[in-house]
Amino acid sequence: MRGYLADCDIQAPASLAEALAVLAGEPGVWTPMAGGTDLMVVYNTGRLRATRFLDLSRLAELQGIREEATSLSFGALTTYTDLRDCRSVHQHFPNLVKSARVTGALAIQNRGTLGGNIANASPAADTPPSLLAYGAELELISPRGLRRVAYDRFHQGYKRMDLAADELVARIIVPKPTGRGFHYFRKVGTRQAQAIAKVCLAAYARIEGGAVAELRIGLGSVAPVPVRALNAEAIIIGKSLTALPTEAATEALLGDISPIDDIRATAHYRSVVTRNLLAQMLSELADA
Amino acid sequence: MAKQITLKMTVNGTDCVVTVHPFARLLDVLREELRLTGTKEGCGEGECGACTVLMNGRVVNSCLVPVVQAQGAVVVTVEGLAQGERLSSVQDAFLTYNGAQCGFCTPGMLISATDLLNRCPNPTEGEIREGLAGNLCRCTGYAKIVDALRAVAADGGAAR
Repeated sequence: MRGYLADCDIQAPASLAEALAVLAGEPGVWTPMAGGTDLMVVYNTGRLRATRFLDLSRLAELQGIREEATSLSFGALTTYTDLRDCRSVHQHFPNLVKSARVTGALAIQNRGTLGGNIANASPAADTPPSLLAYGAELELISPRGLRRVAYDRFHQGYKRMDLAADELVARIIVPKPTGRGFHYFRKVGTRQAQAIAKVCLAAYARIEGGAVAELRIGLGSVAPVPVRALNAEAIIIGKSLTALPTEAATEALLGDISPIDDIRATAHYRSVVTRNLLAQMLSELADA
Repeated sequence: MAKQITLKMTVNGTDCVVTVHPFARLLDVLREELRLTGTKEGCGEGECGACTVLMNGRVVNSCLVPVVQAQGAVVVTVEGLAQGERLSSVQDAFLTYNGAQCGFCTPGMLISATDLLNRCPNPTEGEIREGLAGNLCRCTGYAKIVDALRAVAADGGAAR
């Protein structure tokens, strides 16, 4: 049974300033909506508590991918299709292209947005592991001004974020990798399209002098929030590609995850498969 | 209760003006206000693709679009594919290759197939499957649909 239309309202502000004023004027009342690919699903099943929505989809200030000298800056309204179509994203962030490609199917990719994927805060979302692997930062905006937060500190607990009631995710800033890079992304789901991840692992490493100089690993669907594999990273960083500590790293990975049993997979399955993905990533890294 | 809005869209080449609730779903406005019942509701969750339409040239799940977001949009539904009595090449191929069984997924399949061939006139098998990945056929008649699209591509694409 669908939500009750007569109870609902949606406003379409003409500018970002107007949208922020609405949010600040009645804190917690208006739920921001971009592509609607998460909210409308919940509305259609009758389980959506929110009834008042703020349509952000036309706000020019939140659109566009800007190439800066050392980073790409993605407007929160950047769609998965925009990510797939942008040459610079292919060039610098292949994992983001792969994330976009496995999100839903084309009709979802045309509407769903990077900002929405972040602010919907599902631990099973497909772009967060890649954003974690690339060391992304978020630019948050409110009538009080702009502030930046490191994305790996943004999610604080299941659906809890470092985001005030009057704030919106404005842009996502991702530093361009430099030097010799290694990129790995793999999502494990039931099907190739229209699947929600059972496990997702994205990694970026910088290789220098035959060793791992820099490494970030982002994980999806194995904790209440998208998480970095900090324990596993610490064991791998500094090691030579010819002597990667696969066993120790997959053991350490258990300290990074807290998977649960749900309709998509068991905790045991998730834990085994996450370790397998890390081992696969390391075996590709050894050949890089 | 929200104030109704005056919604203007171009649907299948015709300008339409309707007074609707701004949070009504595009799917319901097409079916109930404009009586274009070719577009179907399957799952209502953006999973099955039965409600697929083209909005501003891109495929969308019309069950997931609050209609205020379609203000001013150019929309094409399955009713917009044929020109009068003349079927589009994709529709023709679905007939020739028996691309429909129960027919419920067919409007969405036709829209996604048309979109695919417009973007990619000579798709590989993989591209065909990706283009249709958001459309589920529970009769599982996929092979014939893929055959139909291959035939259209071999014949020079959808532009007819």
